[in-house]
Amino acid sequence: MSRRPYRSRKNRRLALVIGGLAFLGIAVALVLTAFQDSVVFFFSPTDLAAKEIGPDRRVRVGGLVEEGSVTRGPGDGEIRFLVTDGNTTLPIRYVGVLPDLFREGQGVVAQGRLAGGTFEADEVLAKHDENYMPPEVADALKKQGHWEPGKPMPGSGS
Amino acid sequence: MHRFANPTRFLRLANALLPWLGVAAVGLLGYGLWLGLLNSPADYQQGETVRIMYVHVPAAWVALAGYSTLALASAAFLVWKHPLADLAARAASPVGAGFTAIALVTGALWGQPMWGTWWVWDARLTSVLVLFFLYLGHMALTNAFDDPERGGKAGAVLALVGVVNLPIIKFSVDWWNTLHQPASVLRMGGSTIDPAMLTPLFVMAGGYFAVFAVALLLRIRALYAERRLRQLRLSLPDA
Amino acid sequence: MSEFFAMGGYAVFVWPSYAVAFGVMAGLVAWAWISARRGEAEVERLRAAGLDTRRRSADAVRENPA
Repeated sequence: MSRRPYRSRKNRRLALVIGGLAFLGIAVALVLTAFQDSVVFFFSPTDLAAKEIGPDRRVRVGGLVEEGSVTRGPGDGEIRFLVTDGNTTLPIRYVGVLPDLFREGQGVVAQGRLAGGTFEADEVLAKHDENYMPPEVADALKKQGHWEPGKPMPGSGS
Repeated sequence: MHRFANPTRFLRLANALLPWLGVAAVGLLGYGLWLGLLNSPADYQQGETVRIMYVHVPAAWVALAGYSTLALASAAFLVWKHPLADLAARAASPVGAGFTAIALVTGALWGQPMWGTWWVWDARLTSVLVLFFLYLGHMALTNAFDDPERGGKAGAVLALVGVVNLPIIKFSVDWWNTLHQPASVLRMGGSTIDPAMLTPLFVMAGGYFAVFAVALLLRIRALYAERRLRQLRLSLPDA
Repeated sequence: MSEFFAMGGYAVFVWPSYAVAFGVMAGLVAWAWISARRGEAEVERLRAAGLDTRRRSADAVRENPA
């Protein structure tokens, strides 16, 4: 810090605006880091396993629906599937209506309670990825083996 | 900067630009509608609902660009005290709020069929709702004072405080788990949207930005007229 | 044609989205346009009247120097 006075009021105001913004940015970054767990919308199955959450706490868990894991029944509208983040897999049981985008291999966020080893969901939302393409392009990419659903599509911008 | 700070010169430039911007808005939106509704494929996962993207994503872009306009004008007003910057800030907030409302409503209309919910309190959706309230707060605060200079200053400070929300909106989908998917266009490694869908998106976005510019310039004109009316009324002897 | 309006069964979501987007934008431009025209017309009207009163008050000052 130099002790030289600012040349003009305008420079001082400019410094005040920039300095104020910098301090505000740091403060908000600290707050958001401190409340990380409240800001995230869902935990991954790995987070959930590490957190030891009791059966009375309602939480959300998100990941990809494992291919070939969806089974229906025996109850009316009852559905079971596995959600994975690549490391940990969690079985989910849900009774209710699924969103249109619910598919094997696609993202899902379930809300409910962890009972024993199974997650009892009372709400299931679909989470789609950032890829948008016509069905023909998706088929062609899959056939060429260039791309795996659920991963960002390679070089589509070019 | 100071060359355009002269209101008469600025208004002359604005009036020369307005017809071109109007033509661009109508042309791009018309072309975008044709592309988006009739001449683009359905998505492999989302089917026809992907067409909501063409009205939703540009609204969100303009909402963010509008806030950047508001913040830059506010900084210019606080530092250089130029009345035209104050007018630009006051013009930007209702227009930006309008586009934010479009983004929120079309987002709900897209979320219900695809995600299975109209609304969730995830970091992306919540931070965009905060953006909407920042715009409304700016509108209320600038008009809460009898002295327009004080109102402008208070509003400018609020607008600058709200700037922290912009990176939060943009990076919320990368920093935290959200229901909203990560960025598809402005991301490292290029876009993940097929060119057949990227074209209508960009054309529509061009139209949206033109509409934003038209509404912004017209509102600056309206606010400038309001200022002059105030001055004229003050100069008149008491009736 | 009816297939187009059906939007693959998502008509109730697609069409309202377009209606809201274009409705709000049209509303914004119309409001901005009308407010600018109205304000500018009022300035013109007052200026025509105001210039007269200003001259009158200047005359008054000249006639009765306080």
